[in-house]
Amino acid sequence: MACTTESVAEALRAVASVVAEHRVELIELDRAIGDADHGENLNRGFTAVVAAIETVPETPGAVLKTAATTLISKVGGAAGPLYGTAFLRAATKLGDRSEVDAEAVAELLAAALEGVRARGKAEVGDATMVDALAPAVEAARGAVADGVAAVLTAAADAADRGAESTVDLVPRKGRASYLGERAVGHLDPGARSTALVLRALAEAAK
Amino acid sequence: MKKIINDPGTVVAESLRGLALAHSDILRVQEDPAVVVRADAPVAGKVAVISGGGSGHEPLHGGFVGQGMLAAAVPGPVFTSPTPDAVQAAVQASASDAGALLIVKNYTGDVLNFETAAELAAAEGADVRSVVIDDDVAVADSTFTAGRRGVGGTVLLEKLAGAAAERGDALDAVEAVARKVIGQVRSIGVALTPPTVPHVGEPSFTLADDEIEFGIGIHGEPGRERIKAEPADALVARMVEAVAADLPFSSGDEVLLFTNSMGGTPPIELYLAHGIAERLLAERGIVVRRRLVGPYITSLEMQGISLTLLKLDDELTELWDAPVHTAALRRGV
Repeated sequence: MACTTESVAEALRAVASVVAEHRVELIELDRAIGDADHGENLNRGFTAVVAAIETVPETPGAVLKTAATTLISKVGGAAGPLYGTAFLRAATKLGDRSEVDAEAVAELLAAALEGVRARGKAEVGDATMVDALAPAVEAARGAVADGVAAVLTAAADAADRGAESTVDLVPRKGRASYLGERAVGHLDPGARSTALVLRALAEAAK
Repeated sequence: MKKIINDPGTVVAESLRGLALAHSDILRVQEDPAVVVRADAPVAGKVAVISGGGSGHEPLHGGFVGQGMLAAAVPGPVFTSPTPDAVQAAVQASASDAGALLIVKNYTGDVLNFETAAELAAAEGADVRSVVIDDDVAVADSTFTAGRRGVGGTVLLEKLAGAAAERGDALDAVEAVARKVIGQVRSIGVALTPPTVPHVGEPSFTLADDEIEFGIGIHGEPGRERIKAEPADALVARMVEAVAADLPFSSGDEVLLFTNSMGGTPPIELYLAHGIAERLLAERGIVVRRRLVGPYITSLEMQGISLTLLKLDDELTELWDAPVHTAALRRGV
């Protein structure tokens, strides 16, 4: 089954509610290795996204684009440009099509990953969002035959494992990189939030 | 958490309101997005030097808006960089046809947001350049990491680039001054206690009573190592060694020494540390030609200090001595 504009908007509302629910957890993860603003910033951003799509734009791509510009203008920090770029590239990938099928979902996740890589100049193994998003994209591609919900569930499962893998890594990007070896043993807040967002999308698609 | 605030969500806006009232002869504050602008901006024919970043480092950056220093400052939420549209609003409010130079501290969030803003401004035809300052010797400098942080040197950079703009230098020349400063300035910081971010409500890290975080950043993020507390002589010697060895600064060099309080360290300890640093530099044959001592780039109420050394030449000395009229730094006017 393909997603309509309204179901994309509904999925973003679900993301906002999951982010709000995990605000303190993300703050705590960030407090250990960064500056404790990740949960606060994402919550501020997705709260603004929900308000911005109150009048739902006409296409799924337009919904994602509204989310992108809202995140860029409300989140700040590193997460604003990174999440904003991810949503913007996903929106661009969708163009003006009216429905999103499983293949398109996998494609837009890949586009989001490329955007985050380009903006953050990070690769797998640097202990960032990319460690969750890259395996998610690969898993999503493998599940295209099974529909949208399966694609997103596979992506969320892979993102969870990818985020967990950051615990053993020495961060090389972002504020955690200043700790070097001392950050080993900590879950990267950006990878964790990426996994949470994908899980929220997967649950919404069920 | 005990703080003189109403609501963590309105701390920055309420503080800016007070700043505007206290210094209405120097600056004005625009709301949504929040921007601090020189009262007489835009100044025709002069480059606008603009900086910004997370709030909580006051008087950086809003306290340095005024004649001879910044044309505008962009305060983000506490410890969070401002967004690109806020930076753009600062450019629009303060830049004349002479263009604008953005001073960006090397933190991932600041770099990404200012980079995006500069791209957007350029797309609209504005002549906007940016420089990234990365003076912190505490963290590894490598092409595979985020690189060194921008810390205390930012204050000196804003003053010197601002003075170059004030004397009428073109954008190329102001940018050249900024790049020279970035090449010649180095810093190190230490923390004795953590800061508490209002929206978090708990200290950013914990230190035992007898521990010091050596190589701290301006958000309280750790740097090199955690050490046992030691007397001021030993601690300042460790700091001078770290910062002087880096460029390196050597015998015969003339420098500006900036001894900064991270917010919670009182003047009595700050001057004590400054005196030790001057003595140690003299022992190395390094000539302290200019000084700045005070809380200029802070981390909320964190106790600690930072030392910044800038290698001076005649041009930088002249720019340092040039008049400046801002809320936090005022001289010669």
